[in-house]
Amino acid sequence: MDVTNIAAGVSGSLGVIGYGLAAVGPGVGVGLVVSKTIESIARQPELAARLQVTMWLGIAFTEALALIGLATPFIFGA
Amino acid sequence: MVHALDLISAGVAASTSGSGFEAPSINEFYPQAVLFAGTPYEMNRIMLIRILVTVLLLVVFSLWAGKFKKSAAEGKLVPGRFQLMGEISLDFVRKSIAHDQLGKVDGDRFLPLLTTIFFTTLGMNITGIIPSLNIAGTSLIGLPIVMAVAAYVTFIFAGVKKHGAGFFKASLFPAGVPAAFYILVTPIEFLSTFILRPVTLALRLTMNMIAGHLLLVLCFGATQFFLFQASGGFKAFGAGTFLFGFIFTLFEILVAFLQAYVFTLLTTVYIQLALADEH
Repeated sequence: MDVTNIAAGVSGSLGVIGYGLAAVGPGVGVGLVVSKTIESIARQPELAARLQVTMWLGIAFTEALALIGLATPFIFGA
Repeated sequence: MVHALDLISAGVAASTSGSGFEAPSINEFYPQAVLFAGTPYEMNRIMLIRILVTVLLLVVFSLWAGKFKKSAAEGKLVPGRFQLMGEISLDFVRKSIAHDQLGKVDGDRFLPLLTTIFFTTLGMNITGIIPSLNIAGTSLIGLPIVMAVAAYVTFIFAGVKKHGAGFFKASLFPAGVPAAFYILVTPIEFLSTFILRPVTLALRLTMNMIAGHLLLVLCFGATQFFLFQASGGFKAFGAGTFLFGFIFTLFEILVAFLQAYVFTLLTTVYIQLALADEH
């Protein structure tokens, strides 16, 4: 059984697979943003408030990619 | 863009009754019309919820305004419980968003817009977890688009008023880049500043609310299915899905606050970037 046969046997929504792929990058990205913020707060606890604001901004920008991934099946799909 | 318009316009609500598990679908967001069916002014549940939230916001804010005015006239220094709630809420936007990002003068200039965006978004988001309303007013993209357009117009207006045509030059041709690279940089900057900013503002809010609502429907739909339709040991799964539904409800409260905060914060940052002096 070669790859094309396996691919032909798979059924279901491509949008779901697409969203799964779209969620990988932002997942790693949000993790990085938060881990770096925790590190920075551990180094300089007095900056915690400012760092948190920047963290939310970073999360918002990163998360937008996953949410666009969620939107595309509705916009371009059937 | 025809498909995108389909998302905005009202679709047909699919109501299939009977046994078996009903998975939530996008049709959740296009409930049946309640009033004026067939006209452009068609009203469904979501529209009624939006009107309810708007009326509630107007009432609460006019009560607050009356209280503030009264205690200022009487020279009363200690606020009551209701007044304190208003002061804390309004001060949150004013101090920790506007003043922090824009400074006192510019912060107060744009405060009306920022306050409106924050409380409208918060009020419309929170209906997603209020029992018997159960759907966020922001879960259809129309309202987020209106607020994103307001933010878009405001930050361009702020930039043009301060720098004139220099605003477009500064945002399309950032300083410190070798001239040859502008072929590459300018289209990217144009795309990210003038197209992706408003689009992501609106999409982020809507998609968060849609995803949250679908998760809750999935959890409680599964609970209903396991408890009342499944047999034997499967009923025990119902307790698990109910617990997950409860946890996600708490999570949705957090998301409602967070998305209101993020929307306001991003608007503020965009205004701040437009106002920033060229380097």
